[in-house]
Amino acid sequence: MRTLTKLTWVEIKLFIREPMVVVFTLALPIIFLFVMGGVFGNTPNPEVYRGVGAMNYYMPSYYGLVMMAIGTVALPLHLAGYRERGILRRLRASSFSIWTVLGSQLLVSAIIAILGSLLVTVLGLATYSPDLPENIPQLIGAFFLGVACFTSFGFFLGAVLPSTRAAQGIGLILFFVMMILGGAGPPPEVMSNVMGFIGDITPLRYVILTLQNAWLPGPDFDWYTSASLVTAGITVVSALLAARFFRWE
Amino acid sequence: MTSIISVQNLRKTYGKIIAVADISFEVAQGEIFGFLGPNGAGKTTTVECLQALRDPDSGKISVIGLDPLRQAQELRRRIGSQLQESALPDRIKVWEALDLFASVTDKISDWHPLLEQWGLAEKRKSSFAALSGGQKQRLFIALSLVNNPEVVFLDEMTTGLDPAARRVAWDLIRAVRDRGTTVVLVTHFMDEAENLCDRVAIVDKGKIVASDSPQGLIASYATGVRVLFSTDKPDLAFLEKVSGVKNVTRRGDRVEVEGSGPLLALVAAALVEHDIVPPDLRVEQPSLEDVFLKVTGRAVVD
Ligand SMILES: Nc1ncnc2c1ncn2[C@@H]1O[C@H](COP(=O)(O)OP(=O)(O)OP(=O)(O)O)[C@@H](O)[C@H]1O
Ligand SMILES: [Mg+2]
Repeated sequence: MRTLTKLTWVEIKLFIREPMVVVFTLALPIIFLFVMGGVFGNTPNPEVYRGVGAMNYYMPSYYGLVMMAIGTVALPLHLAGYRERGILRRLRASSFSIWTVLGSQLLVSAIIAILGSLLVTVLGLATYSPDLPENIPQLIGAFFLGVACFTSFGFFLGAVLPSTRAAQGIGLILFFVMMILGGAGPPPEVMSNVMGFIGDITPLRYVILTLQNAWLPGPDFDWYTSASLVTAGITVVSALLAARFFRWE
Repeated sequence: MTSIISVQNLRKTYGKIIAVADISFEVAQGEIFGFLGPNGAGKTTTVECLQALRDPDSGKISVIGLDPLRQAQELRRRIGSQLQESALPDRIKVWEALDLFASVTDKISDWHPLLEQWGLAEKRKSSFAALSGGQKQRLFIALSLVNNPEVVFLDEMTTGLDPAARRVAWDLIRAVRDRGTTVVLVTHFMDEAENLCDRVAIVDKGKIVASDSPQGLIASYATGVRVLFSTDKPDLAFLEKVSGVKNVTRRGDRVEVEGSGPLLALVAAALVEHDIVPPDLRVEQPSLEDVFLKVTGRAVVD
Protein backbone atom coordinates (compact mmCIF):
# COMPACT_ATOMS: atom_id res chain seq x y z
CA MET A 1 0.00 0.00 0.00
CA ARG A 2 2.84 2.35 0.91
CA THR A 3 4.55 1.40 -2.31
CA LEU A 4 1.38 2.15 -4.29
CA THR A 5 1.01 5.58 -2.69
CA LYS A 6 4.67 6.43 -3.26
CA LEU A 7 4.65 5.25 -6.85
CA THR A 8 1.41 7.11 -7.57
CA TRP A 9 2.82 10.32 -6.16
CA VAL A 10 6.04 9.99 -8.16
CA GLU A 11 4.04 9.20 -11.30
CA ILE A 12 1.87 12.28 -10.85
CA LYS A 13 5.00 14.41 -10.66
CA LEU A 14 6.42 12.67 -13.73
CA PHE A 15 3.16 13.25 -15.58
CA ILE A 16 3.24 16.95 -14.87
CA ARG A 17 6.90 17.10 -15.99
CA GLU A 18 6.11 15.58 -19.40
CA PRO A 19 5.12 18.53 -21.62
CA MET A 20 3.68 16.56 -24.55
CA VAL A 21 1.33 14.64 -22.30
CA VAL A 22 0.26 17.75 -20.44
CA VAL A 23 -0.53 19.48 -23.72
CA PHE A 24 -2.73 16.64 -24.93
CA THR A 25 -4.56 15.93 -21.71
CA LEU A 26 -4.91 19.33 -20.09
CA ALA A 27 -4.24 22.07 -22.64
CA LEU A 28 -5.97 20.83 -25.81
CA PRO A 29 -9.42 20.35 -24.25
CA ILE A 30 -9.27 23.89 -22.95
CA ILE A 31 -8.18 25.28 -26.30
CA PHE A 32 -11.12 23.48 -27.92
CA LEU A 33 -13.43 24.77 -25.23
CA PHE A 34 -12.55 28.35 -26.12
CA VAL A 35 -12.59 27.84 -29.88
CA MET A 36 -15.92 25.98 -29.97
CA GLY A 37 -17.47 28.18 -27.30
CA GLY A 38 -16.38 31.29 -29.17
CA VAL A 39 -17.80 30.04 -32.47
CA PHE A 40 -21.01 28.31 -31.39
CA GLY A 41 -21.95 29.77 -28.02
CA ASN A 42 -24.78 28.02 -26.24
CA THR A 43 -27.96 28.80 -28.19
CA PRO A 44 -29.82 25.55 -28.92
CA ASN A 45 -30.46 24.57 -32.52
CA PRO A 46 -32.78 21.58 -33.04
CA GLU A 47 -30.76 20.40 -36.06
CA VAL A 48 -27.42 19.78 -34.33
CA TYR A 49 -25.83 18.93 -31.00
CA ARG A 50 -28.63 16.57 -30.04
CA GLY A 51 -30.91 19.63 -29.97
CA VAL A 52 -29.11 21.31 -27.06
CA GLY A 53 -26.82 24.32 -26.89
CA ALA A 54 -23.31 23.76 -28.19
CA MET A 55 -21.68 24.36 -24.84
CA ASN A 56 -24.12 22.11 -23.04
CA TYR A 57 -23.07 19.49 -25.55
CA TYR A 58 -19.37 20.12 -25.33
CA MET A 59 -18.80 20.41 -21.59
CA PRO A 60 -19.33 16.68 -20.94
CA SER A 61 -17.63 15.92 -24.27
CA TYR A 62 -14.46 17.57 -23.07
CA TYR A 63 -14.50 15.47 -19.93
CA GLY A 64 -14.42 12.57 -22.35
CA LEU A 65 -11.67 14.23 -24.36
CA VAL A 66 -9.42 14.48 -21.30
CA MET A 67 -9.95 10.79 -20.52
CA MET A 68 -9.42 9.82 -24.13
CA ALA A 69 -6.13 11.73 -24.30
CA ILE A 70 -4.97 9.79 -21.25
CA GLY A 71 -5.95 6.48 -22.83
CA THR A 72 -4.55 7.05 -26.30
CA VAL A 73 -1.54 9.31 -25.73
CA ALA A 74 -0.39 9.35 -22.11
CA LEU A 75 -0.72 5.74 -21.00
CA PRO A 76 0.46 3.90 -24.14
CA LEU A 77 3.47 6.17 -24.47
CA HIS A 78 4.27 5.78 -20.81
CA LEU A 79 3.96 2.00 -20.65
CA ALA A 80 5.67 1.29 -23.98
CA GLY A 81 8.48 3.66 -23.03
CA TYR A 82 8.89 2.06 -19.62
CA ARG A 83 9.08 -1.36 -21.20
CA GLU A 84 11.41 -0.35 -24.02
CA ARG A 85 13.86 1.39 -21.72
CA GLY A 86 13.98 -1.33 -19.10
CA ILE A 87 12.22 0.70 -16.43
CA LEU A 88 9.55 -1.95 -15.96
CA ARG A 89 12.28 -4.52 -15.50
CA ARG A 90 13.96 -2.32 -12.95
CA LEU A 91 10.70 -1.91 -11.03
CA ARG A 92 9.97 -5.61 -11.18
CA ALA A 93 13.42 -6.51 -9.86
CA SER A 94 12.62 -4.43 -6.80
CA SER A 95 9.36 -6.32 -6.23
CA PHE A 96 6.95 -3.77 -7.65
CA SER A 97 4.00 -5.92 -8.70
CA ILE A 98 1.90 -5.53 -11.82
CA TRP A 99 -0.93 -4.37 -9.53
CA THR A 100 1.23 -1.63 -8.07
CA VAL A 101 2.48 -0.49 -11.46
CA LEU A 102 -0.92 -0.49 -13.18
CA GLY A 103 -2.77 0.55 -10.03
CA SER A 104 -0.64 3.67 -9.77
CA GLN A 105 -1.37 4.45 -13.42
CA LEU A 106 -5.09 4.03 -12.79
CA LEU A 107 -4.92 6.43 -9.87
CA VAL A 108 -2.85 8.93 -11.83
CA SER A 109 -5.33 8.70 -14.72
CA ALA A 110 -8.24 9.36 -12.39
CA ILE A 111 -6.49 12.28 -10.73
CA ILE A 112 -5.47 13.87 -14.03
CA ALA A 113 -8.96 13.34 -15.45
CA ILE A 114 -10.48 15.02 -12.40
CA LEU A 115 -8.02 17.87 -12.69
CA GLY A 116 -8.62 18.31 -16.43
CA SER A 117 -12.38 18.13 -16.02
CA LEU A 118 -12.36 20.64 -13.19
CA LEU A 119 -10.38 23.00 -15.40
CA VAL A 120 -12.89 22.53 -18.21
CA THR A 121 -15.78 23.06 -15.78
CA VAL A 122 -14.43 26.19 -14.16
CA LEU A 123 -13.32 27.84 -17.39
CA GLY A 124 -16.45 26.77 -19.27
CA LEU A 125 -18.84 28.02 -16.60
CA ALA A 126 -16.95 31.28 -16.31
CA THR A 127 -17.10 32.07 -20.03
CA TYR A 128 -19.97 30.49 -21.99
CA SER A 129 -22.58 29.88 -19.30
CA PRO A 130 -23.61 26.31 -20.04
CA ASP A 131 -26.31 24.76 -17.86
CA LEU A 132 -25.13 23.08 -14.71
CA PRO A 133 -25.17 19.28 -14.74
CA GLU A 134 -28.62 17.99 -13.95
CA ASN A 135 -27.80 14.78 -12.18
CA ILE A 136 -24.53 14.96 -10.24
CA PRO A 137 -24.50 11.34 -8.96
CA GLN A 138 -25.08 10.09 -12.48
CA LEU A 139 -22.37 12.39 -13.79
CA ILE A 140 -19.94 11.05 -11.22
CA GLY A 141 -20.86 7.49 -12.17
CA ALA A 142 -20.46 8.26 -15.88
CA PHE A 143 -17.19 10.02 -15.14
CA PHE A 144 -15.57 7.09 -13.38
CA LEU A 145 -16.93 4.66 -15.93
CA GLY A 146 -15.25 6.75 -18.62
CA VAL A 147 -11.99 6.90 -16.67
CA ALA A 148 -12.06 3.13 -16.20
CA CYS A 149 -12.78 2.64 -19.89
CA PHE A 150 -9.92 4.75 -21.18
CA THR A 151 -7.44 3.64 -18.55
CA SER A 152 -8.17 0.08 -19.50
CA PHE A 153 -7.93 0.98 -23.19
CA GLY A 154 -4.58 2.70 -22.51
CA PHE A 155 -3.31 -0.40 -20.68
CA PHE A 156 -4.32 -2.47 -23.69
CA LEU A 157 -2.49 -0.18 -26.14
CA GLY A 158 0.50 0.01 -23.81
CA ALA A 159 0.61 -3.78 -23.62
CA VAL A 160 0.38 -4.51 -27.35
CA LEU A 161 2.27 -1.59 -28.90
CA PRO A 162 5.88 -2.76 -29.14
CA SER A 163 7.76 0.53 -28.92
CA THR A 164 7.57 4.19 -28.00
CA ARG A 165 7.48 5.07 -31.68
CA ALA A 166 4.56 2.77 -32.33
CA ALA A 167 2.77 4.13 -29.28
CA GLN A 168 3.33 7.69 -30.43
CA GLY A 169 2.18 7.05 -34.00
CA ILE A 170 -0.84 4.92 -33.30
CA GLY A 171 -1.78 6.81 -30.15
CA LEU A 172 -1.88 10.14 -31.99
CA ILE A 173 -3.88 8.76 -34.90
CA LEU A 174 -6.42 7.28 -32.50
CA PHE A 175 -6.51 10.54 -30.58
CA PHE A 176 -7.35 12.66 -33.60
CA VAL A 177 -9.78 10.21 -35.16
CA MET A 178 -11.67 9.84 -31.90
CA MET A 179 -11.58 13.51 -31.12
CA ILE A 180 -12.97 14.58 -34.48
CA LEU A 181 -15.38 11.74 -35.16
CA GLY A 182 -16.14 10.40 -31.70
CA GLY A 183 -18.18 13.32 -30.44
CA ALA A 184 -15.75 15.99 -29.25
CA GLY A 185 -15.44 17.64 -32.69
CA PRO A 186 -18.11 18.75 -35.15
CA PRO A 187 -21.68 17.76 -34.27
CA PRO A 188 -22.39 14.14 -35.28
CA GLU A 189 -25.50 15.29 -37.21
CA VAL A 190 -23.40 16.99 -39.91
CA MET A 191 -21.12 14.03 -40.60
CA SER A 192 -21.31 11.77 -43.64
CA ASN A 193 -22.40 8.18 -43.13
CA VAL A 194 -18.84 6.88 -43.20
CA MET A 195 -17.65 9.45 -40.69
CA GLY A 196 -20.65 8.71 -38.53
CA PHE A 197 -19.92 5.01 -38.70
CA ILE A 198 -16.29 5.46 -37.70
CA GLY A 199 -17.43 7.70 -34.88
CA ASP A 200 -19.80 4.97 -33.75
CA ILE A 201 -17.03 2.41 -33.41
CA THR A 202 -14.84 4.61 -31.22
CA PRO A 203 -15.03 4.16 -27.45
CA LEU A 204 -15.17 7.93 -27.06
CA ARG A 205 -18.68 8.03 -28.59
CA TYR A 206 -20.13 5.92 -25.78
CA VAL A 207 -18.18 7.58 -23.01
CA ILE A 208 -19.42 10.97 -24.21
CA LEU A 209 -23.04 9.86 -24.66
CA THR A 210 -23.09 8.48 -21.12
CA LEU A 211 -21.58 11.70 -19.75
CA GLN A 212 -23.93 13.93 -21.76
CA ASN A 213 -27.05 12.11 -20.70
CA ALA A 214 -26.06 12.48 -17.08
CA TRP A 215 -25.35 16.16 -17.55
CA LEU A 216 -28.27 17.26 -19.75
CA PRO A 217 -31.74 17.91 -18.32
CA GLY A 218 -35.07 16.54 -19.51
CA PRO A 219 -36.69 13.20 -20.25
CA ASP A 220 -34.68 12.78 -23.49
CA PHE A 221 -31.50 12.48 -21.47
CA ASP A 222 -31.99 9.78 -18.90
CA TRP A 223 -29.12 7.52 -17.91
CA TYR A 224 -27.94 6.08 -21.23
CA THR A 225 -28.09 2.40 -20.42
CA SER A 226 -26.93 1.00 -23.74
CA ALA A 227 -24.06 3.49 -24.12
CA SER A 228 -22.91 2.81 -20.58
CA LEU A 229 -23.04 -0.93 -21.19
CA VAL A 230 -20.94 -0.57 -24.32
CA THR A 231 -18.46 1.52 -22.30
CA ALA A 232 -18.35 -1.12 -19.59
CA GLY A 233 -17.86 -3.80 -22.23
CA ILE A 234 -14.92 -1.96 -23.79
CA THR A 235 -13.45 -1.58 -20.31
CA VAL A 236 -13.63 -5.28 -19.56
CA VAL A 237 -12.38 -6.46 -22.95
CA SER A 238 -9.46 -3.99 -22.92
CA ALA A 239 -8.53 -5.03 -19.40
CA LEU A 240 -8.55 -8.71 -20.31
CA LEU A 241 -6.47 -8.10 -23.42
CA ALA A 242 -4.07 -5.93 -21.44
CA ALA A 243 -3.65 -8.66 -18.83
CA ARG A 244 -3.16 -11.22 -21.58
CA PHE A 245 -0.49 -9.26 -23.47
CA PHE A 246 1.27 -7.37 -20.71
CA ARG A 247 5.04 -7.89 -20.82
CA TRP A 248 7.66 -6.64 -18.40
CA GLU A 249 10.34 -6.60 -21.07
CA MET B 1 29.16 -22.00 7.20
CA THR B 2 25.59 -22.22 5.96
CA SER B 3 24.71 -21.71 2.33
CA ILE B 4 22.47 -18.74 1.63
CA ILE B 5 22.40 -19.49 -2.08
CA SER B 6 22.36 -22.96 -3.52
CA VAL B 7 22.11 -23.73 -7.22
CA GLN B 8 22.01 -27.19 -8.74
CA ASN B 9 22.23 -27.97 -12.43
CA LEU B 10 20.86 -24.67 -13.61
CA ARG B 11 20.11 -24.61 -17.33
CA LYS B 12 18.64 -21.86 -19.49
CA THR B 13 18.33 -21.69 -23.26
CA TYR B 14 16.98 -19.10 -25.66
CA GLY B 15 15.80 -21.09 -28.63
CA LYS B 16 18.92 -22.75 -29.93
CA ILE B 17 21.29 -20.60 -27.87
CA ILE B 18 22.42 -22.31 -24.69
CA ALA B 19 23.00 -19.38 -22.36
CA VAL B 20 23.55 -21.51 -19.27
CA ALA B 21 24.41 -25.16 -19.88
CA ASP B 22 24.80 -26.63 -16.42
CA ILE B 23 25.79 -24.55 -13.43
CA SER B 24 25.90 -25.56 -9.76
CA PHE B 25 27.36 -23.61 -6.87
CA GLU B 26 26.82 -22.56 -3.28
CA VAL B 27 27.38 -19.19 -1.65
CA ALA B 28 27.89 -18.90 2.09
CA GLN B 29 26.23 -16.29 4.26
CA GLY B 30 28.36 -13.15 4.38
CA GLU B 31 30.53 -14.07 1.43
CA ILE B 32 31.48 -11.91 -1.55
CA PHE B 33 31.13 -14.31 -4.45
CA GLY B 34 32.25 -13.29 -7.92
CA PHE B 35 31.52 -14.43 -11.44
CA LEU B 36 34.19 -13.87 -14.04
CA GLY B 37 33.86 -14.88 -17.67
CA PRO B 38 34.03 -13.75 -21.27
CA ASN B 39 31.17 -11.92 -23.00
CA GLY B 40 28.17 -14.14 -23.54
CA ALA B 41 29.36 -16.76 -21.04
CA GLY B 42 26.01 -16.76 -19.26
CA LYS B 43 26.83 -14.73 -16.16
CA THR B 44 23.95 -12.28 -16.42
CA THR B 45 21.52 -15.06 -17.28
CA THR B 46 22.63 -17.01 -14.21
CA VAL B 47 22.29 -14.17 -11.73
CA GLU B 48 18.99 -13.06 -13.25
CA CYS B 49 17.60 -16.56 -12.76
CA LEU B 50 18.62 -16.22 -9.12
CA GLN B 51 16.78 -12.89 -8.89
CA ALA B 52 13.56 -14.36 -10.29
CA LEU B 53 13.89 -12.24 -13.42
CA ARG B 54 14.22 -15.19 -15.78
CA ASP B 55 12.73 -18.64 -15.56
CA PRO B 56 15.30 -21.40 -15.89
CA ASP B 57 14.61 -24.40 -18.12
CA SER B 58 15.70 -26.74 -15.37
CA GLY B 59 17.69 -26.88 -12.18
CA LYS B 60 17.12 -26.16 -8.52
CA ILE B 61 17.68 -22.71 -7.06
CA SER B 62 17.35 -21.61 -3.48
CA VAL B 63 18.13 -18.04 -2.41
CA ILE B 64 17.68 -17.13 1.28
CA GLY B 65 15.63 -20.30 1.50
CA LEU B 66 13.21 -19.15 -1.20
CA ASP B 67 12.42 -20.62 -4.59
CA PRO B 68 12.58 -17.92 -7.29
CA LEU B 69 9.86 -19.67 -9.27
CA ARG B 70 7.29 -19.95 -6.50
CA GLN B 71 8.23 -17.13 -4.11
CA ALA B 72 9.39 -14.53 -6.59
CA GLN B 73 7.83 -11.47 -4.97
CA GLU B 74 9.09 -12.18 -1.48
CA LEU B 75 12.51 -12.97 -2.86
CA ARG B 76 12.70 -9.74 -4.86
CA ARG B 77 11.63 -7.78 -1.82
CA ARG B 78 14.44 -9.19 0.31
CA ILE B 79 17.31 -9.04 -2.18
CA GLY B 80 18.99 -6.14 -3.90
CA SER B 81 19.54 -5.93 -7.66
CA GLN B 82 21.83 -3.88 -9.77
CA LEU B 83 21.09 -5.00 -13.31
CA GLN B 84 23.58 -4.90 -16.14
CA GLU B 85 21.04 -2.98 -18.18
CA SER B 86 18.20 -0.89 -16.87
CA ALA B 87 16.95 2.65 -16.65
CA LEU B 88 14.76 5.01 -14.68
CA PRO B 89 12.30 7.59 -15.98
CA ASP B 90 14.23 10.55 -17.41
CA ARG B 91 12.56 13.10 -15.19
CA ILE B 92 12.68 11.29 -11.87
CA LYS B 93 14.93 12.98 -9.33
CA VAL B 94 17.67 11.11 -7.53
CA TRP B 95 16.06 11.48 -4.12
CA GLU B 96 12.66 10.47 -5.49
CA ALA B 97 14.08 7.25 -6.88
CA LEU B 98 15.73 6.36 -3.57
CA ASP B 99 12.62 7.23 -1.61
CA LEU B 100 10.45 5.18 -3.97
CA PHE B 101 12.63 2.08 -3.97
CA ALA B 102 13.05 2.25 -0.20
CA SER B 103 9.29 1.86 0.15
CA VAL B 104 9.29 -1.80 -0.91
CA THR B 105 10.67 -2.98 2.40
CA ASP B 106 8.96 -3.04 5.77
CA LYS B 107 12.32 -2.66 7.45
CA ILE B 108 13.32 0.77 8.60
CA SER B 109 15.34 2.10 5.73
CA ASP B 110 16.95 5.50 5.68
CA TRP B 111 18.27 6.31 2.25
CA HIS B 112 20.00 9.56 3.16
CA PRO B 113 23.34 7.94 4.11
CA LEU B 114 23.40 6.22 0.71
CA LEU B 115 23.33 9.62 -1.00
CA GLU B 116 26.50 10.61 0.84
CA GLN B 117 28.25 7.27 0.53
CA TRP B 118 27.73 6.98 -3.21
CA GLY B 119 28.64 10.59 -3.92
CA LEU B 120 25.16 11.64 -4.95
CA ALA B 121 24.43 14.22 -2.27
CA GLU B 122 25.07 17.12 -4.62
CA LYS B 123 22.93 15.50 -7.26
CA ARG B 124 19.97 14.64 -5.08
CA LYS B 125 17.68 17.03 -6.93
CA SER B 126 19.02 16.25 -10.41
CA SER B 127 16.84 14.31 -12.77
CA PHE B 128 18.02 10.88 -13.88
CA ALA B 129 18.59 12.01 -17.48
CA ALA B 130 20.93 14.75 -16.31
CA LEU B 131 23.31 12.37 -14.52
CA SER B 132 26.60 11.25 -16.05
CA GLY B 133 27.09 7.57 -16.84
CA GLY B 134 29.06 6.94 -13.68
CA GLN B 135 26.55 8.83 -11.55
CA LYS B 136 23.70 6.76 -12.98
CA GLN B 137 25.67 3.65 -12.18
CA ARG B 138 26.23 4.80 -8.59
CA LEU B 139 22.54 5.54 -8.25
CA PHE B 140 21.72 2.02 -9.37
CA ILE B 141 24.12 0.57 -6.83
CA ALA B 142 22.57 2.75 -4.14
CA LEU B 143 19.10 1.57 -5.21
CA SER B 144 20.21 -2.05 -4.92
CA LEU B 145 21.12 -1.42 -1.29
CA VAL B 146 18.25 0.82 -0.27
CA ASN B 147 16.04 -2.00 1.03
CA ASN B 148 18.76 -3.39 3.31
CA PRO B 149 18.90 -6.61 1.28
CA GLU B 150 20.01 -9.95 2.68
CA VAL B 151 21.75 -10.73 -0.61
CA VAL B 152 22.73 -8.16 -3.19
CA PHE B 153 23.41 -8.97 -6.85
CA LEU B 154 25.72 -6.58 -8.64
CA ASP B 155 26.09 -7.13 -12.38
CA GLU B 156 29.12 -5.18 -13.61
CA MET B 157 28.92 -2.81 -10.71
CA THR B 158 31.96 -0.68 -11.49
CA THR B 159 31.56 -0.45 -15.26
CA GLY B 160 31.67 3.25 -16.08
CA LEU B 161 33.16 4.31 -12.75
CA ASP B 162 36.42 6.25 -12.66
CA PRO B 163 39.35 4.59 -10.84
CA ALA B 164 38.83 6.55 -7.63
CA ALA B 165 35.11 5.79 -7.59
CA ARG B 166 35.87 2.10 -8.14
CA ARG B 167 38.07 1.98 -5.04
CA VAL B 168 35.39 3.73 -3.05
CA ALA B 169 32.82 1.28 -4.38
CA TRP B 170 34.95 -1.66 -3.27
CA ASP B 171 35.29 -0.24 0.23
CA LEU B 172 31.58 0.40 0.44
CA ILE B 173 30.73 -3.10 -0.73
CA ARG B 174 33.11 -4.56 1.84
CA ALA B 175 31.34 -2.47 4.48
CA VAL B 176 27.96 -3.76 3.27
CA ARG B 177 29.25 -7.29 3.62
CA ASP B 178 30.61 -6.56 7.09
CA ARG B 179 27.08 -5.61 8.11
CA GLY B 180 25.99 -9.11 7.10
CA THR B 181 24.82 -8.82 3.50
CA THR B 182 25.95 -11.53 1.11
CA VAL B 183 27.27 -10.15 -2.17
CA VAL B 184 27.14 -11.80 -5.59
CA LEU B 185 29.18 -9.89 -8.10
CA VAL B 186 29.60 -10.20 -11.87
CA THR B 187 32.68 -8.50 -13.19
CA HIS B 188 35.12 -8.25 -16.07
CA PHE B 189 37.81 -6.65 -13.96
CA MET B 190 40.47 -9.03 -12.69
CA ASP B 191 41.65 -6.60 -10.04
CA GLU B 192 38.10 -6.25 -8.77
CA ALA B 193 37.68 -10.00 -8.46
CA GLU B 194 41.09 -10.40 -6.87
CA ASN B 195 40.61 -7.56 -4.39
CA LEU B 196 37.01 -7.92 -3.47
CA CYS B 197 35.90 -11.52 -3.81
CA ASP B 198 36.26 -14.23 -1.22
CA ARG B 199 35.56 -16.76 -3.92
CA VAL B 200 35.42 -16.54 -7.68
CA ALA B 201 33.73 -18.77 -10.23
CA ILE B 202 35.03 -18.54 -13.76
CA VAL B 203 32.22 -19.15 -16.24
CA ASP B 204 32.71 -20.08 -19.86
CA LYS B 205 30.12 -21.23 -22.39
CA GLY B 206 27.46 -21.65 -19.75
CA LYS B 207 29.53 -23.70 -17.32
CA ILE B 208 31.69 -23.02 -14.30
CA VAL B 209 35.17 -24.04 -15.39
CA ALA B 210 36.97 -23.16 -12.15
CA SER B 211 35.95 -21.99 -8.72
CA ASP B 212 37.97 -21.14 -5.61
CA SER B 213 39.40 -18.18 -3.73
CA PRO B 214 41.45 -15.92 -6.02
CA GLN B 215 44.65 -17.09 -4.32
CA GLY B 216 43.54 -20.71 -4.60
CA LEU B 217 42.84 -20.32 -8.30
CA ILE B 218 46.21 -18.73 -8.90
CA ALA B 219 47.98 -21.42 -6.91
CA SER B 220 46.35 -24.25 -8.79
CA TYR B 221 46.20 -22.87 -12.33
CA ALA B 222 48.95 -20.33 -12.75
CA THR B 223 52.15 -21.59 -11.26
CA GLY B 224 54.54 -19.98 -13.70
CA VAL B 225 56.46 -16.77 -13.32
CA ARG B 226 57.24 -14.48 -16.25
CA VAL B 227 60.30 -12.34 -16.77
CA LEU B 228 60.00 -9.59 -19.33
CA PHE B 229 62.56 -7.30 -20.93
CA SER B 230 63.59 -5.79 -24.29
CA THR B 231 66.79 -6.16 -26.21
CA ASP B 232 67.93 -5.88 -29.81
CA LYS B 233 70.51 -8.67 -29.47
CA PRO B 234 69.36 -11.44 -31.81
CA ASP B 235 70.77 -14.51 -30.11
CA LEU B 236 69.06 -15.48 -26.89
CA ALA B 237 69.38 -19.25 -27.16
CA PHE B 238 71.46 -19.33 -23.98
CA LEU B 239 68.34 -18.45 -21.99
CA GLU B 240 66.79 -21.84 -22.74
CA LYS B 241 69.58 -23.45 -20.68
CA VAL B 242 68.97 -21.36 -17.56
CA SER B 243 67.55 -23.54 -14.82
CA GLY B 244 63.79 -23.17 -14.40
CA VAL B 245 63.13 -21.67 -17.84
CA LYS B 246 60.34 -23.38 -19.77
CA ASN B 247 59.74 -21.12 -22.70
CA VAL B 248 61.20 -18.04 -24.36
CA THR B 249 59.07 -16.02 -26.75
CA ARG B 250 60.09 -12.95 -28.66
CA ARG B 251 58.08 -10.26 -30.43
CA GLY B 252 60.37 -7.73 -32.03
CA ASP B 253 62.55 -6.43 -29.22
CA ARG B 254 60.30 -7.64 -26.47
CA VAL B 255 61.18 -10.91 -24.82
CA GLU B 256 59.12 -12.99 -22.44
CA VAL B 257 60.65 -15.80 -20.43
CA GLU B 258 58.28 -18.22 -18.74
CA GLY B 259 59.33 -20.60 -16.04
CA SER B 260 59.33 -21.27 -12.34
CA GLY B 261 61.54 -20.90 -9.28
CA PRO B 262 63.85 -17.93 -8.73
CA LEU B 263 63.56 -17.01 -12.38
CA LEU B 264 64.35 -13.31 -12.22
CA ALA B 265 67.72 -13.70 -10.50
CA LEU B 266 68.86 -16.52 -12.75
CA VAL B 267 67.77 -14.83 -15.96
CA ALA B 268 69.33 -11.55 -14.86
CA ALA B 269 72.64 -13.25 -14.13
CA ALA B 270 72.64 -15.00 -17.51
CA LEU B 271 71.85 -11.75 -19.32
CA VAL B 272 74.64 -9.83 -17.59
CA GLU B 273 77.04 -12.64 -18.40
CA HIS B 274 76.19 -12.07 -22.09
CA ASP B 275 76.56 -8.32 -21.81
CA ILE B 276 72.86 -7.68 -22.03
CA VAL B 277 71.64 -5.19 -19.42
CA PRO B 278 68.05 -4.31 -20.30
CA PRO B 279 66.80 -1.28 -18.38
CA ASP B 280 63.26 -2.62 -18.25
CA LEU B 281 63.89 -6.08 -16.78
CA ARG B 282 60.94 -7.06 -14.58
CA VAL B 283 59.10 -10.04 -13.23
CA GLU B 284 55.38 -10.75 -13.35
CA GLN B 285 53.88 -12.95 -10.70
CA PRO B 286 50.95 -15.09 -11.83
CA SER B 287 47.61 -13.33 -11.52
CA LEU B 288 43.96 -14.11 -11.84
CA GLU B 289 44.18 -12.96 -15.41
CA ASP B 290 46.54 -15.84 -16.18
CA VAL B 291 44.07 -18.22 -14.62
CA PHE B 292 41.27 -16.68 -16.63
CA LEU B 293 43.14 -16.98 -19.90
CA LYS B 294 44.21 -20.49 -19.11
CA VAL B 295 40.85 -21.93 -18.12
CA THR B 296 38.81 -20.11 -20.74
CA GLY B 297 41.36 -21.01 -23.40
CA ARG B 298 41.52 -17.47 -24.75
CA ALA B 299 44.79 -16.65 -26.47
CA VAL B 300 47.00 -14.05 -24.87
CA VAL B 301 46.63 -10.92 -26.92
CA ASP B 302 49.23 -8.21 -26.57
N1 LIG C 1 16.87 -12.28 -23.96
C1 LIG C 1 17.71 -13.03 -24.68
N2 LIG C 1 17.30 -13.60 -25.83
C2 LIG C 1 18.13 -14.37 -26.56
N3 LIG C 1 19.40 -14.63 -26.23
C3 LIG C 1 19.87 -14.11 -25.11
C4 LIG C 1 19.06 -13.27 -24.27
N4 LIG C 1 19.80 -12.89 -23.21
C5 LIG C 1 21.01 -13.45 -23.38
N5 LIG C 1 21.06 -14.18 -24.51
C6 LIG C 1 22.21 -14.96 -24.99
O1 LIG C 1 22.63 -15.81 -23.95
C7 LIG C 1 24.04 -15.86 -23.87
C8 LIG C 1 24.50 -15.49 -22.48
O2 LIG C 1 24.19 -14.14 -22.24
P1 LIG C 1 24.52 -13.41 -20.88
O3 LIG C 1 23.92 -12.06 -20.96
O4 LIG C 1 24.11 -14.27 -19.75
O5 LIG C 1 26.10 -13.31 -20.94
P2 LIG C 1 27.11 -12.59 -19.96
O6 LIG C 1 28.04 -13.63 -19.45
O7 LIG C 1 26.40 -11.78 -18.95
O8 LIG C 1 27.89 -11.67 -20.97
P3 LIG C 1 28.48 -10.17 -20.80
O9 LIG C 1 29.80 -10.32 -20.14
O10 LIG C 1 28.64 -9.72 -22.20
O11 LIG C 1 27.50 -9.38 -20.02
C9 LIG C 1 24.56 -14.95 -24.97
O12 LIG C 1 24.92 -15.74 -26.06
C10 LIG C 1 23.39 -14.08 -25.32
O13 LIG C 1 23.42 -13.75 -26.67
MG1 LIG D 1 26.30 -9.84 -18.54
